[in-house]
Amino acid sequence: MQLDLSFVDKLGRVVLNFFRATGKLGIFCGQTVYHCVTPPFYLKAVLAQMIEIGFYSLPVVALTTLFSGMVIALQTYEAVSQFSAEGAVAMVVRVAVIRELAPVMAGLMVAGRIGAAMAAEIGTMRVTEQIDALSTLSTNPFKYLIAPRVLAGVVMLPILVLIGDVIGICGGYMIGVYKLDFNATTYLTNTWTYLKPMDIISSMTKAGVFGFIITLLGCYNGFQSQGGAQGVGRATTNAVVSSSILILIFNYILTEMLFNA
Amino acid sequence: MKTQKETVSPKIRMTDVCKAFGNKKVLNHLNLDVYPGESLVVIGGSGTGKSVTIKCILGLLEPESGRVEIDGKNVLELSGKEREKVLSQFGMLFQNAALFDSLSVWENVAFSLIQNQHMNKAEARKIAIKKLAQVGLKSDVADVYPADLSGGMRKRVGLARAIATNPAVIFFDEPTTGLDPIMSDVINDLIKDTVKNLGATALTITHDMNSARKIADRIAMLYEGKIIWVGTVDELDKTTNPYVRQFVAGSAKGPIQMEVKVEK
Ligand SMILES: Nc1ncnc2c1ncn2[C@@H]1O[C@H](COP(=O)(O)OP(=O)(O)OP(=O)(O)O)[C@@H](O)[C@H]1O
Ligand SMILES: [Mg+2]
Repeated sequence: MQLDLSFVDKLGRVVLNFFRATGKLGIFCGQTVYHCVTPPFYLKAVLAQMIEIGFYSLPVVALTTLFSGMVIALQTYEAVSQFSAEGAVAMVVRVAVIRELAPVMAGLMVAGRIGAAMAAEIGTMRVTEQIDALSTLSTNPFKYLIAPRVLAGVVMLPILVLIGDVIGICGGYMIGVYKLDFNATTYLTNTWTYLKPMDIISSMTKAGVFGFIITLLGCYNGFQSQGGAQGVGRATTNAVVSSSILILIFNYILTEMLFNA
Repeated sequence: MKTQKETVSPKIRMTDVCKAFGNKKVLNHLNLDVYPGESLVVIGGSGTGKSVTIKCILGLLEPESGRVEIDGKNVLELSGKEREKVLSQFGMLFQNAALFDSLSVWENVAFSLIQNQHMNKAEARKIAIKKLAQVGLKSDVADVYPADLSGGMRKRVGLARAIATNPAVIFFDEPTTGLDPIMSDVINDLIKDTVKNLGATALTITHDMNSARKIADRIAMLYEGKIIWVGTVDELDKTTNPYVRQFVAGSAKGPIQMEVKVEK
């Protein structure tokens, strides 16, 4: 009897492709980090990207974290209303918003906004030979295009998330005080006294890592794109999907590392 | 040029260079020498690998095998830093101009002056406008963005960018395609002047035989991944090589068969 081995063939190909892709991304990542820390630095480009990533993402991040904080307050009250709800709501909002929701929400929003834009811009530059032209003008594309974006992402995401933290807490406060009739001072005291340094540290660490993931994958997918408009479109989709998935995976890994170690 | 060959070592020497995309062989053991201070023109059919040849020299494409020597050093074996240094003496006009569309015309032309030579903006702009004038563009296009230019204008901006830093070696990928005959002649003169006055070495790709005759010290013909003929313009007219004769005459009849199917 003939044994059908075609599935082994397919499986092997999938595994090989996976390792090829991760290897390529790993090398790209190493090169990016190297060029981020060695001169020349294009400070103007870094600044422009900081404004693009930080300032223009502020509205979406503010809106998502505000509503996240509000909905967490409502749900917590619903769940614990038979006990002393006042302390619990403030505590849950603090933990949920600062440790999880603000970094993840901001990460996903920025991935959609910035990751896509970077992949499209760099992808277009790739397929129209502008990246080749950069090299012939003695300018390293990694230094001129990629390092500024990644640096700006790693710096700006924590700042965005910090603002998101505050806005999310405000969302919880608004629901607590205006809808559930908690005492305003007690609510704030409850939030403030139990706030741990670890809350902020984890929030910032996650944000920095997400900023790196978003910008790296946006640049990587753009840089690798080929084949005209369709290729650029595919690069954009890949950038958003892969960075969103990685954000969620790394959110779990970082939580394990920061809180369970 | 003949006598120079024996005494002077080549500026660029490509030996046995092979480059394939998938299983499509584009360059097949290609050999080519470019001597310092000469203007070499490469001719050949569309899709024969002329642009690929230049990209291999510039390190934008990595050949599978062979050597690409610049001033006697194999660039394929140099480290990143050394390679960047070698490449910094090159200027390149891309076939589709490849202008940075996020920068204005003058910023494109002055790119290397500002980024690498750290010239101040006012001075760089002055030089950019001078270079633009040399390619027949008025100063009012300086602040326009590349997307708002015609194809021929874009090409000329690309040309101005390629020569802005007075590089030692300049590559022109079809500098006159898409230009009217008069402007073509202006560009031909510009390329000739650049080689003569600045002592630059030029490698030009063209389909335009008038242009080739005007700017070439030597002409090389690329066919099926190899350089099949090299000679001066005089030799070009006298050659008995059937491939070259067919190409120069622009005839559909001859040893070079175009793969077209005509439906009857
Ligand atoms: N990046 C690439 N990927 C795959 N194939 C390529 C790539 N670049 C070039 N080729 C192929 O190599 C061959 C030579 O291309 P090249 O651009 O060098 O042609 P050319 O001689 O410059 O033609 P033309 O005169 O039309 O510009 C073509 O068949 C092209 O399909
Ligand atoms: Mg070409």
